[in-house]
Amino acid sequence: MPFLNSQALINAAYLVAGVLFILSLRGLSGQESARRGNLYGVIGMAIAIAATLASNPQLGGKFHPVLFAAILGGAVVGGVLAARVGMTQMPELVALLHSFVGLAAVLVGFSLDLFGDGAGGPPSLTHRIEIFIDVWIGAITLTGSILAFGKLRGKMFGLKVSGRPLLLPGRHVFNLTMLGISLVGAYLYAKDGNQLGLHIGTAVACVLGVHLVAAIGGADMPVVVSMLNSYSGWTAAAAGFMLGNDLLIITGALVGSSGAILSYIMCRAMNRSIWSVIFGGFGAAPPKQAAGAAQPAGDVLDIDPAGLAEKLKEAKSVVIIPGYGMAVGRAQHAVRELTEVLRGRGVNVRFAIHPVAGRLPGHMNVLLAEANVPYDIVMEMDEINPDFPTTDVAMVIGANDIVNPAAEDDPTSPIAGMPVLQVWKAKLVIVNKRSRAAGYAGIDNPLFYKPVTRMLFGDAKDAVEKVVAALKA
Amino acid sequence: MKLGIVKEIRAEERRVAASPQVVGKWIKGGWEVQVERGAGDIASYPDNQYEAAGATLVDRAAAWTSDIVLKLRPPVLNDDGTSEADQMREGATLVSYIFPGENPALVERLATKKLTVLAMDQVPRISRAQKMDALSSMANIAGYRAVIEAANRYGSFFTGQITAAGKVRPAKVLIIGAGVAGLAALGAARGLGAIVRAFDVRAAVEDQVKSLGGEFLTVTIKESGDGAGGYAKEMSKEFLDAEYALFREQAKDVDIVITTALIPGKPAPKLWFTDMVELMKPGSVIVDLAAEKGGNCDLTKPGEVIVHNGVTIIGYPDLACRMPHVASELYGTNLLHFLDEMGGAAGHKIDHENDAVRPALVLEQGEKKWPAPPMKKAEAPKPAPVAAAAAAAVVAVKPAPTGPAHPKPAHGHTPAARPPSRALGMVMTMLGIAAAIAFVALRYGKADALASESTRDLLQHVTVFVMAIFVGFQVVWNVAPALHTPLMSVTNAISGIIVVGGLLGARSDGTLHGSTMVAIAATLFATINIAGGFLVTRRMLAMFRK
Repeated sequence: MPFLNSQALINAAYLVAGVLFILSLRGLSGQESARRGNLYGVIGMAIAIAATLASNPQLGGKFHPVLFAAILGGAVVGGVLAARVGMTQMPELVALLHSFVGLAAVLVGFSLDLFGDGAGGPPSLTHRIEIFIDVWIGAITLTGSILAFGKLRGKMFGLKVSGRPLLLPGRHVFNLTMLGISLVGAYLYAKDGNQLGLHIGTAVACVLGVHLVAAIGGADMPVVVSMLNSYSGWTAAAAGFMLGNDLLIITGALVGSSGAILSYIMCRAMNRSIWSVIFGGFGAAPPKQAAGAAQPAGDVLDIDPAGLAEKLKEAKSVVIIPGYGMAVGRAQHAVRELTEVLRGRGVNVRFAIHPVAGRLPGHMNVLLAEANVPYDIVMEMDEINPDFPTTDVAMVIGANDIVNPAAEDDPTSPIAGMPVLQVWKAKLVIVNKRSRAAGYAGIDNPLFYKPVTRMLFGDAKDAVEKVVAALKA
Repeated sequence: MKLGIVKEIRAEERRVAASPQVVGKWIKGGWEVQVERGAGDIASYPDNQYEAAGATLVDRAAAWTSDIVLKLRPPVLNDDGTSEADQMREGATLVSYIFPGENPALVERLATKKLTVLAMDQVPRISRAQKMDALSSMANIAGYRAVIEAANRYGSFFTGQITAAGKVRPAKVLIIGAGVAGLAALGAARGLGAIVRAFDVRAAVEDQVKSLGGEFLTVTIKESGDGAGGYAKEMSKEFLDAEYALFREQAKDVDIVITTALIPGKPAPKLWFTDMVELMKPGSVIVDLAAEKGGNCDLTKPGEVIVHNGVTIIGYPDLACRMPHVASELYGTNLLHFLDEMGGAAGHKIDHENDAVRPALVLEQGEKKWPAPPMKKAEAPKPAPVAAAAAAAVVAVKPAPTGPAHPKPAHGHTPAARPPSRALGMVMTMLGIAAAIAFVALRYGKADALASESTRDLLQHVTVFVMAIFVGFQVVWNVAPALHTPLMSVTNAISGIIVVGGLLGARSDGTLHGSTMVAIAATLFATINIAGGFLVTRRMLAMFRK
């Protein structure tokens, strides 16, 4: 039936897929519609793949059976990864998946280059330019995402990967040089299809991807993940130009712009310039850690689980501030239990979530949801900050930089100006920490030395479980 | 030419038109000055100081027969139709407050004497005339004094204190109308250590309020209260309702209320109603700076201090008179500048082209000249605090982000992610529409002549690209922060659409070329991404529950 595989029908299918993707993103902006949104995405993708497969006979050539094996294999590997991953490893998985998109884009570009004009010659000039752009962005996404994965995991290939920013001297000159070399490569390739140019461009982009992510500090990691998400969208859009495929362009641009906006929203929440995140510390004042003046004075006082339980019994209002420590310690279920016990005693328990708590935007919300904490007691920073002065106990579980008063008081602090949760205004602040080490951003925290603060040292899960036991006793 | 400074005869008036310092400057400027004996006594300017400055002390009749009589209050008009100014020589000049709009009979009477009369209350509110603006000078004093009167009746500290005997919270002061008087009160109350909030209908004064350390409170309805000449204009009903609701909320919280709302030429607007007074805590104080014009508060008795439900309401109409020393000094300085503007001792004349003097001219040789015709071009209302309305404002625009119930914390932050501004949204929409039109034109239009096939294709792709960016922008702005992770993971899955590229590249004639193999590898990775992304999103979303 000629109609079924006509180009018009395929275009119509692509249009439907594009609309479904838009609906999918739209659905994801609210709790109620989110699940439907995901379903739209799945359907849209299925239609896109089916339409592409159906288009084949008319356009010439056949699919090799190996292709179907690849699709099946990919689906299985992806499914297993998704089913196995723990919620605490979510950021790493997302970063890893981004790198696959980058890799796929690079491969598609190379494939098209190898295919050439279909008669043994190199691709046309427009195509060469588009191929180069696609491969270049794809390569940055690939290596950047892999390094982000390593940073989030803390180790890679058996090596320890530090969360601290790598600030090479003259890094902007380095970036510019890389860009210059890329342009030379692009020129070589575009001029007469010299593959050496394409290879140079790819190699340089790989290095650039690593360098851009390496220059970014740990506290900015959520923004980086979101930026890489955006890059992966632009890659797909570039591939769309290359293949003259509107669906790829639409979808890529959707993902690219939504990722960019998400990064922008987060940067604003942290009072960071988005450029400094993209270019790695551009314009940022060098951290003045060694200044000495910033060293907080006073003693660190601690409290034991039994003592904390007594304080909690007297409290009317408790706010829990989870951080990455809760994720690492897998303490979310213990925290949920604590919440239930306290709520059973009539205590008003709420959660305060900083926009960049954890290693991924919304990371804490996902963990608390996993532990069955109702989302209507989970508050955002702006909602909860005015309530701290009337809070009896503020419990900080494995968070550090996001409750650091230095962000407000100390203009020389590397996180100066970042909005933080003002826990120190509560009547009692409990800080659970594994040890006295500094936070991910590598800064000391004057909160620990405040007179209202008591430290509850120990593993998050262990400590919270002990508190629950003492409360029940 | 002789200047005459006469004694004010109204019982409540304690000021005098000029201080000895000002008189000294007039003498230096070439004027002769006659001062009525005892004119400055109550303002603590004894006769000998005037004498020392170079003035001649004269009796009342002599002072009144000077060429130019300087005065503060409008001349008293007696019941029998005679006036205090009847003693003036025919054709002489009187410079004083006149309020010609409210005192037409007085103006008539002065006209019969063929007087030239300049009204200090009619000096325009333009930047150039600021130094002659006596109403602003007096409003400044009244605002300051209002705080002092309030403090006098208020039974606690203005500043918060922590003492061995316990903690005292700071007083909360609400100022209605941030004109000159309101801002002066704001500064004085801050100086005493109180927490101060100020309301005004004019959004422009927000910065002035903040610069003095006050909190600016407003109402949500968008309506500018900027009226002519730096005064506030009257507002619509919905606006006023919102404003009153805000006042009721504030009434429960604040200890001191200072109202300064005046509309030129009209009775003062009522805006602090009996029920608001009753909402206030016992011991609270209201100072009504509009008392002279009937008061902003329902219960104000002009000239009296009353107590209603434990709330003291001060209705003194003459707060500036309560500080006669400085008030006389400032009024005199305004007069000094005014006479200088008219040419000084040597070139004294009435210049009809002078936009600072002409509006103040009420009578010229008995001929009525008021109100003045509009000048060629009105100067924009003056932005500086000193220049703003005397005691402006019918009050209040939109609510500050933190409601009045919780005053803004010292370390407060503005909410992080705002939706895009309307202007930006408009630009994006226009861009989207333009892209859509371009797309249709390129796709279906007869643009063949335009360019080659491939350029046309490229252009078409670019328009699609721009449209899609626009859609992505619109869709993502309002995402809830809690859903950032699922959103990211679903967009990640969607970016696996690159699989289409892999599939298209994998077309072959049945043998595995290099290009086909690479494309198949691309398909493999993209599929991992698609399956992983959607499944993990599903897992996450399944966990969210209410």
